[in-house]
Amino acid sequence: MPLPAFDTPLIFETGQEGRANRYLPSGPALEGLLPKDALRDELPLPDNSELDVVRHFTRLSQKTFGIDTAFYPLGSCTMKYNPRINDAMANVPALRDLHPFAPDHAAQGALAVMWELERALASLFGMAAFSLNPAAGAHAELAALLIAKAYFKKKGEPQRNVVIVPDTAHGTNPASAAMVGFKVLSLKSDANGRVDPEEMRKAAGPDTAVCMMTNPNTLGLFEPRIHEVSDVVHEAGGLMYYDGANANALMGNTRPGDMGFDLMHLNLHKTFTIPHGGGGAGAGPVGVAPHLVDFLPTPVVRAFDADGKPSNAGGWRETADLTFALDFERPDSIGPMRSFWSNFAHMVRALAYTYANGGDGLTTVSKLAVLNANYIRASISDVIDVPYDEINRHEFVASAQSLKRETGVRALDLAKALLDRGYHAPTVYFPLIVPECLMIEPTETESKETLDAFIADFRDIIATAKSDPEKILEAPVNTAVGRIDETRAARQPDLRWRPA
Amino acid sequence: MYTPHTASDIEAMLRVIGVDTLDDLVRVPDAVALRAPVEVTPQLTEIEIAERFHGFAARTTAGGYTSFLGAGAYHHYIPPVVGALAMRGEFLTSYTPYQAEVSQGYLQAIYEWQTYIALLTGLDVANASVYDGATALAEGVIMAVNATGRKGVLISSAVHPNYRAVLRTYADGLDLTIDELPYGEDGRTDLSTLDAALAEQRYAAVVVQSPNFFGAVDALPAGVADRIRATKTVVIGVVAEAMSLAALAAPGTWGAEICVGEGQSFGNAIAYGGPYVGFIAATTEHLRRIPGRLAGKSVDANGKTAYVLTLQAREQHIRREKATSNICTNQAHCALCATIYLAALGKTGLRDCAALNVARTAELREKAGALDGFSARFDAPVFNEVAIRVPGRAADVLAALERKKILGGLDLGRFYPELADCILMTATELTTSAAVDRLVTALSEIPARAAARV
Repeated sequence: MPLPAFDTPLIFETGQEGRANRYLPSGPALEGLLPKDALRDELPLPDNSELDVVRHFTRLSQKTFGIDTAFYPLGSCTMKYNPRINDAMANVPALRDLHPFAPDHAAQGALAVMWELERALASLFGMAAFSLNPAAGAHAELAALLIAKAYFKKKGEPQRNVVIVPDTAHGTNPASAAMVGFKVLSLKSDANGRVDPEEMRKAAGPDTAVCMMTNPNTLGLFEPRIHEVSDVVHEAGGLMYYDGANANALMGNTRPGDMGFDLMHLNLHKTFTIPHGGGGAGAGPVGVAPHLVDFLPTPVVRAFDADGKPSNAGGWRETADLTFALDFERPDSIGPMRSFWSNFAHMVRALAYTYANGGDGLTTVSKLAVLNANYIRASISDVIDVPYDEINRHEFVASAQSLKRETGVRALDLAKALLDRGYHAPTVYFPLIVPECLMIEPTETESKETLDAFIADFRDIIATAKSDPEKILEAPVNTAVGRIDETRAARQPDLRWRPA
Repeated sequence: MYTPHTASDIEAMLRVIGVDTLDDLVRVPDAVALRAPVEVTPQLTEIEIAERFHGFAARTTAGGYTSFLGAGAYHHYIPPVVGALAMRGEFLTSYTPYQAEVSQGYLQAIYEWQTYIALLTGLDVANASVYDGATALAEGVIMAVNATGRKGVLISSAVHPNYRAVLRTYADGLDLTIDELPYGEDGRTDLSTLDAALAEQRYAAVVVQSPNFFGAVDALPAGVADRIRATKTVVIGVVAEAMSLAALAAPGTWGAEICVGEGQSFGNAIAYGGPYVGFIAATTEHLRRIPGRLAGKSVDANGKTAYVLTLQAREQHIRREKATSNICTNQAHCALCATIYLAALGKTGLRDCAALNVARTAELREKAGALDGFSARFDAPVFNEVAIRVPGRAADVLAALERKKILGGLDLGRFYPELADCILMTATELTTSAAVDRLVTALSEIPARAAARV
């Protein structure tokens, strides 16, 4: 099922000046309204008819692979089905058209959405509170590390400036640490791909600020001694941070708060079905244990009962009898992380998804995500190396290392061969500790038939790699373009069209 | 529930894996096992979900008011074609286009977005987007810090207060010091202390916003940018209302080397604050310091035009702690909406839209300013918002307007205590003359004792 290969001219290369769409009345001449030196001389943009605009972007969409196109087993990204009811709810006019500076009394429903979601997340992940402020996972990591920095400053321990990350960590972890001036200490995983509490004991000390981990880790493996690791870090005076990228594996089964994590983030665009949209917008709520609540970014939504008493404890509850306010007056807060309160349209989507599942449903979601991943693993581990061939969680890693030795076919080539068969490729070359790595995450929304077809194609590609490796090395041949000259793209950057 | 598994599927799959039950698959040590059931929402059908959200909508009453709110988030007309195209599933459900061969369409759209932003800002290059205007400012400042090795920032107090607050949040992490330039009596940045400040040679950047938070055109006067650059300090221009770029002199032409801003006005719903789309444009000199994704044009193995994410050596997934930023997810879909919007409106439509904003705001300024006791607080020319001084406290006047189902604007006292008698009012192409007249009538009817309460 290849994507179409037609060329599409740039929007700047089509149209004629004056071919305007009549969305608005004609505007008056700007020269009569503003001083001439305030105005721009020219506006070199194209005028296209609406039909030509429609065809242009329809064609571009046809050359784009989404979850809606076919199976998308991109490890670490949780490419699950994005229910359309979520978008419909985000598009309800009263919510879609609400101005962020609208007074609280005119925004009660929107505040209720935020509060209900926040309470549900707090209960589901064992945190005292979440802030919905950060715009994405990496943004939430930054918020969390700023919280840690502010916490230690207030505690009189400003010397704590080391962040410990396992060598399996996401690249954003060390990058976020650098943005708050923390040093990064990389911790080697043990032979089983896990963090060893004894190794952590050697690493943690009076300079430890935060240990950032994900569980299951990026190999898709559960860290069974996580509570011991937490104890070691806490004994050293540090905080535990949970990278929620892999939260789809454990909902309703175990909670980061119960594992000893003090801080965490969620990628609502992974676990809670917000569409990835080609790489954003996402949403990254940051959650904290009780001792860190005061440091959360501003604003937070506060609830009051009919008597005007604050009502912020406990999990989700019905909200018809509550009133809400945005609270900006939080002296210990790290301050705001972004222009306005949250990626609100995404909070609507995430809450709609929560309602579609309920607590038991979310528990089932996680179980079936784990089922699907292990089903693929068990069905291909006889034809490709699976370095940790045991019960994984929602994803697992395979390695093309021995295949490469035998045939010259690398992980990248397998990825391109999968594109030719109409699948999106798995994540390749991550995590860094597994050579020729392919990271496969099917998610729970895929049926057994889809998985069976993928397994058959994957096995066939491996067989072809062994019998006729050239065929795989040429891939992709069924895509809109072949392999792209990335060196040229980087050495002679062409990042925009220019008028002739 | 969106899981397709039947009981027999599950049984067959468990058999292949070699375990007996789903619970065996997800078993965790007792020490971390869930102790009490989680309290999340009940499980509802789609019909019930829609009922719930219509309930939330009913409690969200702002839509019943005539609104003059702006201040960094703007009500503009969005043609239905924007949503119809952007909501196509291929766009909506794709991830970051790492696999370029199956992402040519989205990569081309990003390349077109980068081109639109470069053309509108008058700069060489633009990135694929960042979270929003405030974070774009923070990232732009980090670029200047990396370019100069200095840790001071000199920013106009007429830059959006929320943007400055976010910059302070980021600055706590990076140990930056932030000093402010005051605004002057005409509503523009007061540059009288600039040269003395620059002489200290400790600023990485001078930051001004145009139109600034008071709506005033606040581009640097001729020659000022050269004086700033002569001290090896980077000029950063902020644009919180992207629509202004269709009318006002492009930041690149008045000396901004880095232009950061908010693109929500281009085809993105106001949505109680997000998601929006930040942009960063810069001169070629700063190219390798730009954070986030960049789409580039190249060729494939057969010489065919092909688009690909490029210069990835700047990014966190390659460079980890040495990356230019930790940004991973950006705002691709919001940038796509903006690109479709810009394509649909075209040069002619954008010009019309910008001109209507200026004209409607001029009408608002004139009519409100003519009322007894009311006046425009500043003289500088404005784009689509204006600070109106009212008799008494702005907060009281706004409360009185709310009782008449009008959201009259933003109480400037919220951010500038000395302007507690001023309301920032916004008019766009969606603001009718009738709405302006309703506002003016309501203002004139506010009982003098309410307005005069100080």
